[in-house]
Amino acid sequence: MPQTAASATPSLARRPGARMAWIGQGFLLLLALVTFLILARDLIRDPRLFVQIVISGLQLGFVYALIALGYTMVYGIVKLINFAHGDVFMVGSFVSFYAVTRFQLHVWPAFVFPTLPRGVVVVIGSLTVMLLSMITCVALAVTIERVAYKPLRDAPRIAALITAIGVSFFLEFFGALNFVFSPRFIPYQRPFEVVTWYFKDGFHALIEGTAPPEGSITFSNIFVIIVAASVLTQVVLQFLVRRTKMGKAMRASSFDKPTARLMGINVDQVISFTFAVGAAFAGLGGVLYAIAYPSIWSQLGILPGLKAFVAAVLGGIGSIPGAFVGALIMGQAEALTMGYISTPMRDAVAFTILIIVLLVRPTGIFGEPEKEKA
Amino acid sequence: MDFNAGFLIISVVKITAVLAWIYGLLWVLGHASRAVKAVGVVCAFAVIQLALSVRIGDSAIFNDFDQGLLFQACTMAMVSLGLNLIYGFNGQFSLGQWGFYGIGAYAAADVTYRWTDGDARGLLVLGIGVMLGGLTIWGVGQLLRRYAGMPVLSAFTLYLIGCVAAGAIAVWLGGALNGLLAPLFGTKGAPGPLSSAAALQVVFVLAVLIAGGFAAEVSFLFGLPVLTLGSDYFGIATLGFTIVINTLMVNSDTILPFPEMKGGRGMIGIPKLTTWFWAFLFLVLVIIVMRNLIHSSTGRAITSVREDETAAKAMGIDVAANKLLAFVIGSFFAGIGGGVYAHFIGFLSPGTFDFLVGFNPLIIVVFGGPGSMSGTIAASFGWIFFLEGLLRVILGQMGTEAPTWRFVLYPIALLLLILVRPQGLLGRAEWGFLRAPEVQPRTHDGPRATPVPAGK
Repeated sequence: MPQTAASATPSLARRPGARMAWIGQGFLLLLALVTFLILARDLIRDPRLFVQIVISGLQLGFVYALIALGYTMVYGIVKLINFAHGDVFMVGSFVSFYAVTRFQLHVWPAFVFPTLPRGVVVVIGSLTVMLLSMITCVALAVTIERVAYKPLRDAPRIAALITAIGVSFFLEFFGALNFVFSPRFIPYQRPFEVVTWYFKDGFHALIEGTAPPEGSITFSNIFVIIVAASVLTQVVLQFLVRRTKMGKAMRASSFDKPTARLMGINVDQVISFTFAVGAAFAGLGGVLYAIAYPSIWSQLGILPGLKAFVAAVLGGIGSIPGAFVGALIMGQAEALTMGYISTPMRDAVAFTILIIVLLVRPTGIFGEPEKEKA
Repeated sequence: MDFNAGFLIISVVKITAVLAWIYGLLWVLGHASRAVKAVGVVCAFAVIQLALSVRIGDSAIFNDFDQGLLFQACTMAMVSLGLNLIYGFNGQFSLGQWGFYGIGAYAAADVTYRWTDGDARGLLVLGIGVMLGGLTIWGVGQLLRRYAGMPVLSAFTLYLIGCVAAGAIAVWLGGALNGLLAPLFGTKGAPGPLSSAAALQVVFVLAVLIAGGFAAEVSFLFGLPVLTLGSDYFGIATLGFTIVINTLMVNSDTILPFPEMKGGRGMIGIPKLTTWFWAFLFLVLVIIVMRNLIHSSTGRAITSVREDETAAKAMGIDVAANKLLAFVIGSFFAGIGGGVYAHFIGFLSPGTFDFLVGFNPLIIVVFGGPGSMSGTIAASFGWIFFLEGLLRVILGQMGTEAPTWRFVLYPIALLLLILVRPQGLLGRAEWGFLRAPEVQPRTHDGPRATPVPAGK
């Protein structure tokens, strides 16, 4: 690792290899340069397509941001990669699916107050669906934490990681049973209609069933909602962590658990709370992801979950703005790969980024350099 | 629900017999007398061979289903032993074992598949490539000794350039040599010497070894930078490796230039060359290599890294090199297991190498006890025969949906095990051959009261 090699070196003369860091750096620079040139070529060749891809990447990135927050907060406090987080996200999207198709929850105000205008009904109804998903996910995550992680708090970290994998498996395959979610892909019914706008000499609403005019950039209300929800979440979380007593307790527990306990902080409660907050955002992310990509199944959460984790590492694990920025970068990387290289390579790019980040700057973009090796 | 009690009893007897057989095999291998050892191993081989071929009524004692389970258990034991070396003995939490298993399976299958088509290029390119790659890694390693303290990334770049160059030479050389060998295959009507069954057997053994070597070299290149990460980051990076390898398998006919692998549709028509002899031979070889490694000074160095990296470093152990060594050898076993697997199943599909299935070796290692070779072997056989065999059949009789319940039961069992008995079912106990040899007290250092078992 570069920093250990540099810091543990008394003199360059005795370790001649330390002078050869330029080989690796040159290799990475070359990679970056090639990527940059390819992107620049694509931008010049068709700027409209490029912007369209960036918009789809933003949509993906903002959903990843919602999931990544849960990873980064939990890792920041208990140093555990919560594998089951992606499956909590999956449960969130299924809860909203059943709320919409079985219980018509997205139009409940219309049954109670028949005179309400349609717009208000849809807004209140959709918010109710999201809230229900969030509450279910919170209950699930807190249960998981109590049953599977709490007994292992003093065990080696790998034991808890294996447990997390076990919980994740359980949710995936229990969900694949016929009387739960069934193993099939299920078409998702959105709680509201999609409205698409296009941008060409100003914004225009696209009439349904027609193609957008040549050379225009389209985006939908889903994109707007995802961006708004993600940014709002970020603001709420920043307020929660920086301004409230619980947030202070969270930061203290993350910094030093035994000392926090000595100061009278109920660390177990703080950890449960962290899991709950992360799960609430994952639930919201699950609803939005299903709305944006309307086909759900019981293993839906695995890859978005892993990519959100990579995003959290990229931004600096434990850092909330880091998770946000990392998720946006991941979204772009994935969308550009899908657009310009090939769709199947989208997963490969995510993990290549992870490995490069961990090698070049293991603490991520926003992470503080490690104090000492634990 | 029609429940077949007779089948249940027979299955339980078979599982017990197989586990007892493993115990017996390990005991015989560990016997002091060389003659007993040789006779015992042959007997152990013959017992199963008889069970596979002697017929009672209209089917053998071990019918085709059991035979499939047996071969699967052997490959799973090799893969899991490799993972146990990485995770159990060296303490590096790896989820990449399944990716190396897949690499081995596809590499070996490609060699023999092409060979049966009268095309020696698979064997030549891969064989020369693995040899040249090994030479390059060794050569660059010698070169880098002069530059102590070189950042990992720079070393990785040099190794990568070297291996890519070696690969290019292998492709060129293999293509050229293939033209020379082509007449020896003969034609459909008059097959040449290379089309004979004996030649195919030799190619099969070479293919399996080459597959192991290839997996080992890939693991070297991948492990060199990635092993410097912390334990759980390493886990995620190796998980990513498995996912990427699986993606490449699905697109092997479009992204990669291997049309014969047929991408996501699955590779069919691989010659079924794995007999019980080969499966047994490779399993025993892996067990012997693994045991001798663990109880050597290298093995103790590998284990010391798990116990305490700082203390190991203070004792003069090259922590990074030992991590890499364990990772490479573990992947070598996985590659060999993959090669054996490909040639008994005869059909490879990327679904087999999905990362979700890839957690199986990890679960096996955790069940058997990380750091226990006997536990891993017993758990592999128990896992395959009990969960994949018995439970699958029983649940299959109980309804169409019931087989899915297997995958619900695995994680529950895993959770209970981690919570109740985190050291695994066997802990660190070893059977027979795998037990640490007694170290003779040295007389010239002054007498010691009791012999000290090594590796504790």
